Amino acid sequence: MSINATLIGQMITFALLVWFTMKYIWPPLFDSLEERRKKIAEGLAAAEKGQEAMHLAEKKAKNVLKEAKEQSSEIVNMAQKRASEIVEESKENAKKESDRLILAAQAQIEQQIQQAKESLRQEVATLALNAAEQILGAEIDYAKHQDIISKVSNQLG
Amino acid sequence: MATEAHAAEGATGYIIHHLTPLSVGEGFWTLHIDTLFFSVVLGGLFVWFFKTAAEKATAGVPGLVQSFAEMLIEFVDTQVKDSFHGHSKLIAPLALTIFCWIFLWNFMDLFPVDILPLIGSLMGVEYLRVVPSTDLNATFAMSISVFFLIIFYSIKIKGAWGFTKELTLQPFGIWLLPFNLLLKLVEEFAKPISLALRLFGNLYAGELIFILIALLPWYIQPVLSFPWAIFHILIITLQAFIFMVLTIVYLSMAHEDH
Repeated sequence: MSINATLIGQMITFALLVWFTMKYIWPPLFDSLEERRKKIAEGLAAAEKGQEAMHLAEKKAKNVLKEAKEQSSEIVNMAQKRASEIVEESKENAKKESDRLILAAQAQIEQQIQQAKESLRQEVATLALNAAEQILGAEIDYAKHQDIISKVSNQLG
Repeated sequence: MATEAHAAEGATGYIIHHLTPLSVGEGFWTLHIDTLFFSVVLGGLFVWFFKTAAEKATAGVPGLVQSFAEMLIEFVDTQVKDSFHGHSKLIAPLALTIFCWIFLWNFMDLFPVDILPLIGSLMGVEYLRVVPSTDLNATFAMSISVFFLIIFYSIKIKGAWGFTKELTLQPFGIWLLPFNLLLKLVEEFAKPISLALRLFGNLYAGELIFILIALLPWYIQPVLSFPWAIFHILIITLQAFIFMVLTIVYLSMAHEDH
């Protein structure tokens, strides 16, 4: 129980241990801790930055998408408008064309009627002349009664 | 005491035998071989473990050894940062050494009380006291070293004149100088004495109780020694922790300039 030289031996041992710890143990371990702390902090900061960038990109992408949607809907609207315009136009054209065709047909019909009338008149005149010839015989000089014949034929028309 | 141990027999003899150190030399120049041997071996163990960790230390993913070493380093560093506000390269490694070394000393207490002395006696060693912290020389060696550091830093930070002024002029001013000095000296000397005696007392008493339990019939021993050993795990850690924290506090007081 007495204090003796063991005390001195223990103090020397203690001093050596403290010296060794201070010189060879504490610095490398503590430095590696500090370095890792720094690394982790950097990593966290980088992750945060990345997340922020991602949010920004997401926002941008949303905007672009929205714009594209707007544009596409505009294009579709325009196309629809144009299509209805074309339809209207073609309807109009068709109507015009049909009107024209009808008019042309009517004109042709009219012409044919005239023609038929003319030829009928001629034929009737000839027939009447023939009939008159047969009735009157050679009594009638065609040349003499030219004006009468044409008057009759005119009355027929 | 060694001669008494030879004479006494029975329970007293057993206890005295267990608490008698293996010593050589006479008078003051006696050396407790067992205390020196175990503290050097345990110190070596501490140094070896941390040196292994330090050599392989990387800032990347740490291994098992490094993780454990770093856990202790962080623990000690937190304690130092909490109570010590100066800047010193010595204090944190000092605190780590104190904590680990004392813990290992105290840990020897958890070995069954008879096993190491038995191995020793088989090798022809008559006395073996395996727990260095049950030797006043060991605890005082550490606390006196801390005391020297306190004095050293007090003088280094405050200067010889500043330290003298602190010893003589506080807390009651110049007119009560002798009284101040007496008060301060008691305060300063109480530090190493309380450090050493607290650790010694706790561990000596703990070891004594283990020895007393070992005297009981074998079928009662586990019932008592098991809870006491578990409780002791707390005590040995706590004592190492207290010694470390008080060292840090004393040194930070030495660094404070009034």
